[in-house]
Amino acid sequence: MGADVFQETIDADGRIEPRDAMPDAYRKTLIRQIAQHAHSEIIGMQPEGNWITRAPSLRRKAILMAKVQDEAGHGLYLYAAAETLGIDRAELLDLLHSGRQKYSSIFNYPTLTWADIGAIGWLVDGAAIVNQVPLCRCSYGPYARAMVRICKEESFHQRQGFEILYTLCNGTGAQKAMAQDALDRWWWPSLMMFGPPDDESTHSAQSMAWGIKRHSNDELRQRFVDMTVPQAEVLGLRIPDDGLRYDDGHWRFTQPDFTELYEVVKGNGPCNAERLANRVAAHENGAWVREAAAAYAAKQSMTKESAA
Amino acid sequence: MNTDLYTYALRLGDDALVAAQRMGEWIAAAPQLEEDVALGNIGLDQLGQARSLLAYAAEVEGAGHTEDDLAYFRDEREFTNLLICERPNGDFAVTIARLLYFAGYQHLLYDALRSSSDATLAGVAGKAVKEVAYHFDHATQWVLRLGDGTEESHARMQAGLDAMWPYTAEMLASDDLVRRLAAAGVAVDPSTFADEWHARVGDVVDASTCTRPEASYQHSGGRDGKHTEAMGYLLAELQHVARSHPGATW
Amino acid sequence: MSEKDWPLWEVFVRSRRGLSHGHVGSLHAPDALMALRNARDVYTRRQEGVSIWVVPASAITASSPDEKDEFFDPAGDKIYRHPTFYEIPEGVEHL
Repeated sequence: MGADVFQETIDADGRIEPRDAMPDAYRKTLIRQIAQHAHSEIIGMQPEGNWITRAPSLRRKAILMAKVQDEAGHGLYLYAAAETLGIDRAELLDLLHSGRQKYSSIFNYPTLTWADIGAIGWLVDGAAIVNQVPLCRCSYGPYARAMVRICKEESFHQRQGFEILYTLCNGTGAQKAMAQDALDRWWWPSLMMFGPPDDESTHSAQSMAWGIKRHSNDELRQRFVDMTVPQAEVLGLRIPDDGLRYDDGHWRFTQPDFTELYEVVKGNGPCNAERLANRVAAHENGAWVREAAAAYAAKQSMTKESAA
Repeated sequence: MNTDLYTYALRLGDDALVAAQRMGEWIAAAPQLEEDVALGNIGLDQLGQARSLLAYAAEVEGAGHTEDDLAYFRDEREFTNLLICERPNGDFAVTIARLLYFAGYQHLLYDALRSSSDATLAGVAGKAVKEVAYHFDHATQWVLRLGDGTEESHARMQAGLDAMWPYTAEMLASDDLVRRLAAAGVAVDPSTFADEWHARVGDVVDASTCTRPEASYQHSGGRDGKHTEAMGYLLAELQHVARSHPGATW
Repeated sequence: MSEKDWPLWEVFVRSRRGLSHGHVGSLHAPDALMALRNARDVYTRRQEGVSIWVVPASAITASSPDEKDEFFDPAGDKIYRHPTFYEIPEGVEHL
């Protein structure tokens, strides 16, 4: 009987809530997707966090600190959403640390110059927004609600990235060159954020049927390109694709070479090892702190009990 | 230019800037995601104070400089921050000890500075006092938990308190400049709240089951631009990009 | 002791102009005071004038979806969420 209610709710575009009956596969798919989204947020803190101490103005430093802090917050919202499905955050972190769960491959690329921070805001957050706005209507309530909160904050991030690049593009020759170089390096990986082409994507069909995924990878990728090309023109930057041309209401682009995506996802990207090592180190270095807090709390409650 | 006022605003601004720089290093490295957010908030508060104070110093200087000119284009010997602010983060306990001592100082300072006859300083202090009250509270909560947590955390907390102790006298010291400005109702002489600082910090240390650090050699020199070896590296990171493109806007 | 001993707390916030507390999410903290502090940092970014409640998740009793039409004799033996509700076998792919 529960299964009927589940399907009816999905078909009526309603919301599934934590204690509603749901197919086990739906629950497992959601746990994986939400957790990997959360992992992406916290791993994503590294490439940008790298530049906090080197930000070239105090205003930019403050904005960047706030942005990276937002990402920690997003990770928290998403872990909280995943936990409603009956799994503990500690277990999810174990899965990340042991490599059994993944994070967005985009964060395996290095941030080499200040302009990369602009490119990440403009392109990576831009792509994330295209992916994430539809998730605000995801069938699973807690995930949809977390996404609404996240999307509100994400749009600031994209604007900030664009503003960084706009300032560079209207600055010195060296600054403009820095901006173009960043675009050259981040363009293709950003396109790959939308995943493999539809005909190579294994999970999509089921996720669409369950209201977890609302649009196909190729649809979203095209939407992103259509949004971004005019923005590049405003910046005065050249998108590194000779095949880019306007046709029938869309910007047609050269299909990325997805072998790079598969390699990076497998672990063979520029920063995979470092990102995970840093994350694991933070976790392990913090173990004594977490243990201390737990021990203190236990002592306090024992004191209360004996006083009662 | 009112050299005294310029120097004073610079001191307070440099303290906050260098403290914020150190706090920023914890983001993505904290022991728990919630703590990344908390330390990020603290760093942002400190940076906000730095920007207000440095902008004011630049205004008083009257040479058309901005907060960024002061932050990115002064050399090390021109920075007047307290040495405690520039000390490396160490482990979480060292950072928390430093925060306890420094936020404790800032709280007493800003609380009194709210009544400054200088409207800008009074305004900055009025906003900052609430922020640093939170910073001191945050540090207190952690000192208690680490001091009275496990054997390991207790040892590390004690080590942190001891390691930062030799940098505390400088915070609470008086000098001619601060005495002149305090007499004019502009500044606050830290020696006037030294006892209170010792009492507040001492209470926290006692409650945490740690021992109050013993008297020891006390470092100073920050106010004269004589820093520790850590400062050079800190400034290299902070200033490198801006200095590579002099005159550029970001 | 491990991080698994940092219990889960549910966070409820009433905004400055709000009429009642709304559920905004959850977080892990070792005790109530830290939970409150963290909730301020994460869910309100330290805005003034907001009221925050943190409640251990285990203290919440919630209604069952089957009771949608007839409310109310709250099923006291059912809990909002239990971390061990479902067993996840070791080494399961993609989980």
